[in-house]
Amino acid sequence: MAITPEAKVLWEKAETILLRGGRIVDPEAGLDGPGDAFLRRGRVELVAPAIHREADLAVELRGLVLAPGFGDLHVHLREPGREDAETIATGSRAAALGGFTRVACMPNTDPPLDTRAAVEFVLRQARACGLARVFPVAAATRGRAGAELTDMGELREAGVLAVSDDGSPVADARVMRRVLEYARTWGLLVVTHAEEPALSRGGVMHEGYWSTLLGLRGIPAAAEGIAVARDVRLAELTGARLHVAHVSTAEAVETIRAAKRRGVAVTAETAPHYIALTDEALKTYDSVYRVNPPLRSEDDRAAVIAGLRDGTLDAVATDHAPHTEIDKEQELEATPAGMIGMETALGVTLEVLHHREGFDLPRVVRLLSAGPAAVMGWGGGRIRLGEDADLTVFDGDASWTVDPGAFASRARNCPFRGWSLRGRARLTVCSGKLTHEEGVEFCPSERLLSRLP
Amino acid sequence: MALQHLLGIQELSAEEILTLLDTARSFREILDRPIKKVPALRGITICNAFYESSTRTRLSFELAEKRLSADSVNFAVSGSSVSKGESLRDTIRNIEAMKVDIVVIRHWASGAAAYLARHLVARVINAGDGQHEHPTQALLDFYTIRERKGRIAGLKVAIVGDILHSRVARSNIWGLTRLGAEVCLVAPRTLLPEGIERMGVRVETDLASGLRDADVIYLLRLQLERQKGGFLPSLREYAMAYGLDRERARLAAADALIMHPGPMNRGVEIQQDVADGPQSVILEQVANGVAVRMAVLYLVSGGSPPEPVGMTPVIPAAHPAGR
Repeated sequence: MAITPEAKVLWEKAETILLRGGRIVDPEAGLDGPGDAFLRRGRVELVAPAIHREADLAVELRGLVLAPGFGDLHVHLREPGREDAETIATGSRAAALGGFTRVACMPNTDPPLDTRAAVEFVLRQARACGLARVFPVAAATRGRAGAELTDMGELREAGVLAVSDDGSPVADARVMRRVLEYARTWGLLVVTHAEEPALSRGGVMHEGYWSTLLGLRGIPAAAEGIAVARDVRLAELTGARLHVAHVSTAEAVETIRAAKRRGVAVTAETAPHYIALTDEALKTYDSVYRVNPPLRSEDDRAAVIAGLRDGTLDAVATDHAPHTEIDKEQELEATPAGMIGMETALGVTLEVLHHREGFDLPRVVRLLSAGPAAVMGWGGGRIRLGEDADLTVFDGDASWTVDPGAFASRARNCPFRGWSLRGRARLTVCSGKLTHEEGVEFCPSERLLSRLP
Repeated sequence: MALQHLLGIQELSAEEILTLLDTARSFREILDRPIKKVPALRGITICNAFYESSTRTRLSFELAEKRLSADSVNFAVSGSSVSKGESLRDTIRNIEAMKVDIVVIRHWASGAAAYLARHLVARVINAGDGQHEHPTQALLDFYTIRERKGRIAGLKVAIVGDILHSRVARSNIWGLTRLGAEVCLVAPRTLLPEGIERMGVRVETDLASGLRDADVIYLLRLQLERQKGGFLPSLREYAMAYGLDRERARLAAADALIMHPGPMNRGVEIQQDVADGPQSVILEQVANGVAVRMAVLYLVSGGSPPEPVGMTPVIPAAHPAGR
């Protein structure tokens, strides 16, 4: 559902807006309780338990949670190159619908984001669409070929905060060492796609009981464990900031936990599908479940959730990976890996972590807002007075059924089709602008109505 | 017994397997008659879609179809010439256009048969999908064991060789364990898939330990390219450690059956004298294959199982399957 034209006009014309009667959950600010927020010209002017002020527009948040705008550290927007699967515009719309105001898009486009020109193209497209703040992650090596470093100084100037060859690992340990050292020179974060390619080559799913039954080639958990161990050691050696993308295994969680204890500058994310699904899903041979790293065992799933619980993992990021139906509708061996996730991330995360695993709301909100903000250093992550409003309003209990046909994303490769989830974004505000609204009551003042055409 | 498709042994109960075997016995008798043909599948169209080279499975199916008076068309694609993904989708369109009732599919991709079954109105018989299952091979193996031994429950079966890449092994493990046999797998660790013990089998890396007192020795074909894939140092060493010769065969029960799904690599997994020796039932397997495939085609096309054994088998015409 998109924003109704009425809501859009009211929001745009209102100079002051009062978001009232919600539960404010802002873990960074130590806030969790009933409260109101007052915006003036898109900026947050006041947050308090009860605000008695006249506003042009009052927005009724009873029963809803008001949180800092969510950030997604890991998405693939496919533009340039595969606009048939997703564009920056459709991906931004999907982000807004999912409650995200900031997304980091990966460089495995065609051509890859390894030059200033490519990065500026993405930023330009994102601004033109204006539904989410898009932070391009640039390639760590030229052409993502794993050999020569990219012009990180220049990329940094263009606005890049992190580099990665995501989609493929940096196979050569010596190259990875140089990437880390050089990225540190420019204050860039290095995001590692941790996979030992010699062990994963040819694999289509997690290696274990199910791959044996199904006769599908496996990717052992050690392919991730070894790569994480290597990169953590290299981060230690170089003093660079390392972020481990899409953690899927118990051994990776354990390695990161131990590294953090030693004081290594490492952060990590996992994706909603690793906390909600296991390798057993592949038993239907449905290619929608092929993803890299693959869905793992039940023990791994439990270990990933434990990692989120104790803070070993800093964020939930979607690894939103759109593919066309033509590409996905093939034999598993031939189909590309990846699943979309931005429009189900909040629902799956709340359903699994909050409703089933008993995480309290502030912890879940942190994993989607302050957690990613601390990793990427992109601002936001908490409700800041005087700044352009970046807010996500959600209903933590609303039950809905996943229908990919209704998604804003251009792709339909969603593994949660037909799932019943509790938790849904109701209102998204990005840089003071309304980017998503669904079933929230808007109460315009007489003054505002009189100003309307 | 309602058999919509035959995708794998995994989804069959012991009872269903035995019904299939009983049905096969009725057909086996037909094959011994002077006129080896019945009208059971008259008017039914079958497409044999083979995406991987196969000699005996394809011949066996074609023969079974002819014996049942079905109309069959063949569709063979050499794997390398077609871009992988397009091929299966195109098959579906072609098959749908040809209005066939039953599709017999052999494909290099695990899950290909299940994929077709999901998308087709026609009924699907899996003639081998990747490294997943090869149910008709396993059924003919069970048939052969049961005919020779009178039972399957309680037998000790040693399956020797490349378990990792073998759909025959997987189908046999499902069925044999379900029918109450004790299954022992014998292979070097590089050819044993992760978690295979959870299928209810014993695993040995030493051939002698695996063969001891076995009632059935089932040898798998060792693909010659496994050496290049780094799974084995040499065929020579494999033959020395895991090849079956007369000496080793003596470790098993005196009347143990020696089986192989073919084609054999004589001198690698099996020595000449054992392959052609008195305990070998390898050619019987081939002969039984036709009867077993007739039974599968018949039941999948909607036919009902025969009267209990002992009665004169009367094979009625099947209901038209599919559309």
